[in-house]
Amino acid sequence: MNTGYITLSYWDLAIASVFLLLNGAISIALHLGLERRLAISALRMMVQLTLVGLLLKALFSIASPWLTLLVVCAMLLFAGREILARQENRLAGLWGYAIGTGTMTFAGTMVILTALLVLLEPRPWWAPRYALPLFGMILGNTMNGISLALDTLHRTILRERRAIEAQLLLGATRWQAARPFLRASLRTGFMPIVNAMAATGVVSLPGMMTGQILSGVDPQEAVKYQIMIMFLIAGSTGLGVLLATLGSFLRLTDERHRLRPERLRSAAPDR
Amino acid sequence: MLEVQDLKRLHIGPVSLAVPDGEALAITGPSGAGKSVLLRAIADLDPNEGHARTQSVAREAVPAPIWRRHLGYLPAESGWWSEHVREHFRHPEETRARLPEILMPEAAMDWEVARLSTGERHRLALLRALEIGPEALMLDEPTSMLDRKTEAAVEALLAREMAGGLSLLIVTHDADQPARLGAPVLWLEGGRLAPAGESEVTRA
Repeated sequence: MNTGYITLSYWDLAIASVFLLLNGAISIALHLGLERRLAISALRMMVQLTLVGLLLKALFSIASPWLTLLVVCAMLLFAGREILARQENRLAGLWGYAIGTGTMTFAGTMVILTALLVLLEPRPWWAPRYALPLFGMILGNTMNGISLALDTLHRTILRERRAIEAQLLLGATRWQAARPFLRASLRTGFMPIVNAMAATGVVSLPGMMTGQILSGVDPQEAVKYQIMIMFLIAGSTGLGVLLATLGSFLRLTDERHRLRPERLRSAAPDR
Repeated sequence: MLEVQDLKRLHIGPVSLAVPDGEALAITGPSGAGKSVLLRAIADLDPNEGHARTQSVAREAVPAPIWRRHLGYLPAESGWWSEHVREHFRHPEETRARLPEILMPEAAMDWEVARLSTGERHRLALLRALEIGPEALMLDEPTSMLDRKTEAAVEALLAREMAGGLSLLIVTHDADQPARLGAPVLWLEGGRLAPAGESEVTRA
């Protein structure tokens, strides 16, 4: 399969960085003040990717299910924190973390298990070479969708409180009163993946597919992989966004059809 | 009829009151005494303890949306959720005929909400609350943003509804309004309700 794979030397990397160095030089010459940030972010990229490469290499060679699970858990915890950090107003207490992380874990796990046990069937099924990159892609997109949806939901509930309560006072249920705002939150959460699916192949070639093609895989095979990934990502994002939005809305209302915005905290003070 | 018993919410209460069919009761008191908090609690819009009932339903026995159809509540600031006025009404065509009662043209039913003044929104919200056919209605400062003429029209409308059996619970700072509606006045301070003396009504 890897007939056309070309190995890169460190010299190749050095040459590739010439254009970035040129950008830095221009910045210094024109006093743009960008050179420091360019240099720092380029260094960060190099260090982070090198470490990830070493980590993955070690994980692949050790090939322990427990170690793989540990890495998966770490990814989930980081992603959960990121969901929380991206909301301007979050649910107070443990709920803020639990709803986003819990729904993301559920959606991501369902989808990755289907991919590994039914679709790809690597041996062993948890082989980190397949599990970790796939889970990373699914998780990243699900995390993105959930954080967008929750941020929208919480912001609109605070902003539209009077409009929602006016409907409750006329005898509407909490679901009737908040329907347009729930719909807007779901739509916002779905937006990135819907846009990505619509634009893919026309505007941009997905990174994964590009990578496979560069490593010598037949483009048609790479396309099949990409379509599968898109389905998995969209499925996980959709499920996660739906569950997180409904869960958070349930927490922001109660069984007497009241709005409970006092359960939200602004992110500002503890940042 | 509206009957409230031992209602508690935050620093308010226990509060008990009763408004018979076709009559009105006014609550007044210093700003920040919790008059709006009390009305919200009776409508079950905030967590609270205690009992409330109208002639036909007890609050605890029915889901909150049912309770709120029997007991209307018009907060001091009305809420709107759609672009056009008519989308906020259940029976826009029947209610259109009532618009002159609040001194608005019948065409107002087709207007955009953004075009309405605060006072116009408040009057429309009153018709919107009456449309549900509540047994009792709670009003928070119902005429504070209206001029004399519209105030008189709104009070006349309320009087007609009372003649039809509607009970009114009104929070007001207007010292003369309770008398015009024939309503006894209760004074809310320190979380307790008490019959108001003459001086207190004027003070508010």
